[in-house]
Amino acid sequence: MTVYAAPGTPDAKVSFKPRYEHWIGGEWVAPVKGQYFEDISPVNGKPFAEVARGTAEDIDAALDAAHKAAPAWGKTSTTERAAVLNRIADVIDANLELLAVAETWDNGKPIREPLNADLPLAADHFRYFAAVIRAQEGKFAEMDGSMTAYHYKEPLGVVGQIIPWNFPILMAVWKLAPALAAGNAIVLKPAEQTPVSILVLIELIGDILPPGVVNIVNGFGAEAGKPLASSPRIRKIAFTGETTTGRLILQYASANIIPATLELGGKSPNLFFADVADQDDAFYDKAQEGFVLFAFNQGEVCTSPSRALIQKPIYDSFLGAAVERTRAAVQGNPLDTDTQVGAQSSNDQLEKILSYVDIGKQEGAKLLLGGERVDLGGDLTGGYYVQPTIFEGDNKMRIFQEEIFGPVVSVTSFDDYDDGISIANDTLYGLGAGVWSRNGNVAYRAGRDIQAGRVWINNYHAYPAGAAFGGYKSSGMGRENNVLALDHYQQTKNLLVSYSEDKLGFF
Amino acid sequence: MIESTVVISGETLPRVALTSESVDLLRKLWDQHGPLMFHQSGGCCDGSSPMCFAAGEFWTSDNDILLGVFDIAQRGSEARNIDFWMSKEQFTYWSHTFLTVDVVKGRGSGFSLEGPEGLRFLIRSRLMETAEPFA
Repeated sequence: MTVYAAPGTPDAKVSFKPRYEHWIGGEWVAPVKGQYFEDISPVNGKPFAEVARGTAEDIDAALDAAHKAAPAWGKTSTTERAAVLNRIADVIDANLELLAVAETWDNGKPIREPLNADLPLAADHFRYFAAVIRAQEGKFAEMDGSMTAYHYKEPLGVVGQIIPWNFPILMAVWKLAPALAAGNAIVLKPAEQTPVSILVLIELIGDILPPGVVNIVNGFGAEAGKPLASSPRIRKIAFTGETTTGRLILQYASANIIPATLELGGKSPNLFFADVADQDDAFYDKAQEGFVLFAFNQGEVCTSPSRALIQKPIYDSFLGAAVERTRAAVQGNPLDTDTQVGAQSSNDQLEKILSYVDIGKQEGAKLLLGGERVDLGGDLTGGYYVQPTIFEGDNKMRIFQEEIFGPVVSVTSFDDYDDGISIANDTLYGLGAGVWSRNGNVAYRAGRDIQAGRVWINNYHAYPAGAAFGGYKSSGMGRENNVLALDHYQQTKNLLVSYSEDKLGFF
Repeated sequence: MIESTVVISGETLPRVALTSESVDLLRKLWDQHGPLMFHQSGGCCDGSSPMCFAAGEFWTSDNDILLGVFDIAQRGSEARNIDFWMSKEQFTYWSHTFLTVDVVKGRGSGFSLEGPEGLRFLIRSRLMETAEPFA
């Protein structure tokens, strides 16, 4: 067990600056209007740093810097760009604990997660895109004996990226790595709940990148996000968030005729077929853990397995064991490596989760576990803690249909294969899903029949670089975490070359 | 507390309301930004929260449904009407619930106008008297 010292105390791994400005053109730049806002730690509900409150003027300055940097960066060799990405990865590895403490303090997540997941994945993500950009080749086609069509992948130029607050560093990296690998310059806006950890990262990696290649403007969606997303000076916008803002982003993109990629969340089903319980063995244990993963990152995951569908013959026994397994989850100081469940990211998130517990009860769902805010006492008493919560109910209930984005799972049963798939697909969304079965044929068919972009078979919540991630249905468009993401940051140049002296003969 | 007008054909009961705190905040936002609208969001992060925009900023379509209209004007003043919208597909799962727009401390993460105030609109729900949601 290790308890990391809280930032602001003598042994802390990270010391935050009292005030963070924008990162524009390779240096810290004060906001044009001179305004700042407080970043609040969900660990204790207290502000710990001031952050620049950006406006359209700051977005313009960042776009100026990006446009200045983009032409040269786009022409660097893939060898050079890959080397830059690999150096960034090395810096993340070398500063693992510092970044982990920063991430936990900014977001509230238990520190074992950034230490073992967020940050190792972020480093590997840079290395993956360093590798795939080196390996990418153009194509050519011979039109006839004297004409050849060459196809080159070229960068888009300057792109905008808007980052969510649930994995502040990793989600930024998911967008930064492919965009950088492809040779684009970037203006990035972190979430206003969690702006600081990504600024701590840019402090470490800033000198690796040429000035202006990555620019970070902080601030609120209405004041800084909108001017970025609606700017005619970006060639692409990427957003992770919710559906109304996703539509608004598409609306702005349509006005500028630029592409947009959107990741808008889901209400992911986690199906447990009866054969899971054929033996009480390591696989059964793994499946039980697969249920409890709804509480991973306090449920603040776009793919949180927040609907558990359990086949009837094992419903009571599997659910009973899963409730006990969840009850044993350790909630506590997020800086303690033994803590399994930390704090929700913000007060409004906490309030929203509690409002869903309320409507779940009104709809007649049965509360099997949790459902309350937790006061951890001492320094943590003002933090945003919610008990892992299990509801039993009907898939038509709102707690089965909306992404609560908290440690709340809604459980129901299914009769047979068709019933299970039908319930799984009875949702507006299609981002993630889990299928658990010892029968490979059943698992395969279910994986293909569920309308979601990522179906985990006999595992959940793994995010290795290389496995494509993105939504079906209202969960969005585009793919990240895979070489496919390069397509979203490149355009195709066709050189159509004639190797003949013969004219067409028309004129 | 302000209840919305009834705008859905064939219905007799309002579907949406504003708490007095919401009304106060909306009056302030109206003074800053002019006429306003709501669109109810779904999905992750800040999803399930109502988004408040300048009226017309967000393009609704035939695939959205107007749930009600609020007049937040002070008594005797010119009307200040605010539409409350939701996508029709989302409404198929929400139609059995009455929605009250409340305000909590926070800042959201979409483009909703109240974020810079350090406040966030939040939906509280109760079952509609006439609802048979799981029939």
